Amino acid sequence: MYSQGLIGAEDNVEETPEFLEEFQARIDREEKIEPNDPMPSAYRKTLIRQIGQHAHSEIVGMLPEGNWITRAPTLRRKAALLAKVQDEGGHGLYLYAAAETLGVSREQMTEELLSGKAKYSSIFNYPTPTWADIGAIGWLVDGAAIMNQVPLCRCSFGPYARAMVRVCKEESFHQRQGYELMMTLAEGSPEQREMAQDALNRWWWPSLMMFGPHDSDSTNSDQSMKWKIKRFTNDELRQKFVDATVPQAERIGLTMPDPELKWNADKNDGEGGYDFGSIDWDEFWRVVKGGGPMNVDRLAARKKAWDDGAWVREAALAHAQKRRDRAEASKVAAE
Amino acid sequence: MTTSHAPSLTPLWEVFIRPRNGLNHKHVGSLHAADEDLALRAARDVYTRREEGNSIWVVRSDQIVASDPDEASENFDPAGEKIYRHPSFYDIPDDIGHM
Repeated sequence: MYSQGLIGAEDNVEETPEFLEEFQARIDREEKIEPNDPMPSAYRKTLIRQIGQHAHSEIVGMLPEGNWITRAPTLRRKAALLAKVQDEGGHGLYLYAAAETLGVSREQMTEELLSGKAKYSSIFNYPTPTWADIGAIGWLVDGAAIMNQVPLCRCSFGPYARAMVRVCKEESFHQRQGYELMMTLAEGSPEQREMAQDALNRWWWPSLMMFGPHDSDSTNSDQSMKWKIKRFTNDELRQKFVDATVPQAERIGLTMPDPELKWNADKNDGEGGYDFGSIDWDEFWRVVKGGGPMNVDRLAARKKAWDDGAWVREAALAHAQKRRDRAEASKVAAE
Repeated sequence: MTTSHAPSLTPLWEVFIRPRNGLNHKHVGSLHAADEDLALRAARDVYTRREEGNSIWVVRSDQIVASDPDEASENFDPAGEKIYRHPSFYDIPDDIGHM
């Protein structure tokens, strides 16, 4: 009899060469790995870290946009923004649930976020001072996220892949509403157009950093590709994003803040693509390590939400216990 | 690393949704909630924001009994050899038509 339910925590596999070879063969056959399947502990660890970071990014990502819900200029924009931020909360939940199937608890992950031990996407450590930032986030940040997440729908770990399918389905509206918002500003008064351009100037480079370090500097990349957790390298995805996004900017009359950006017909095996300037990796690492303009605020907001919600969680559990006790008492009385 | 089950403060629930009448409830994911009422409310908010269904089941995850993955081959492999359980195993003349 086997009663541990749906949560896999069998971490005592002996990692013999035969076992590792057979595991890799399963991956190569495109078989999905499910929570209760034996897996190398490094595979489990990599996924817990990656899915956890992804979940934290969704939750922290609610903050920069939440900043504008009460000040959205129209009811239409407000409804869209509310729905989007609510979606991000849901996406965080799908992802936490996927990580939990690997034997890590929600409380543990929350604790790691709040203590600063776990990372989240560096992009959310930038501020949103103007309404155009909401457009730039939807268009660029969600656009970059989608570029990352679509291949993750084919990730070798079943629960992560399934969560990504839901997320991608919901996220395409996020990018479209952002682009539409930018387009509206770009077609507006000179001040509005300027606001859109300013937001693009501030978000473009951080968006490119979202794909992570260059392949040559990415420590986890090779093994993740081999295990089919990742399907494309950081640089491949970044190039796809640039190629997709530059024409979108041109279409609405905005200019990428990169003087070195230019079309290169020989790129991408002759299909053509854009050459672009070099990324400021010092900035990237500074922000990842906590030195971004909003790191302190973001974590303080998460901590406050967690602490302020403590009495609600306690009350809900106490209420549930009281109801169980009463049901038990009336059952005993009836016997 | 340890993957022992730290006692989760808030129980885990599995969520099943019926997309529309005539179809089965299907597992869509899980969530944490203190009791069944809160689990249903959360499931409604999290899993049916885009008309995904018209009925929700929630089940405590620790109430689910699962088959042992180590016994998967003895449980399920034998079925692969029993091809006589499939209609294509039997030869019927073409002029009989659809059967």
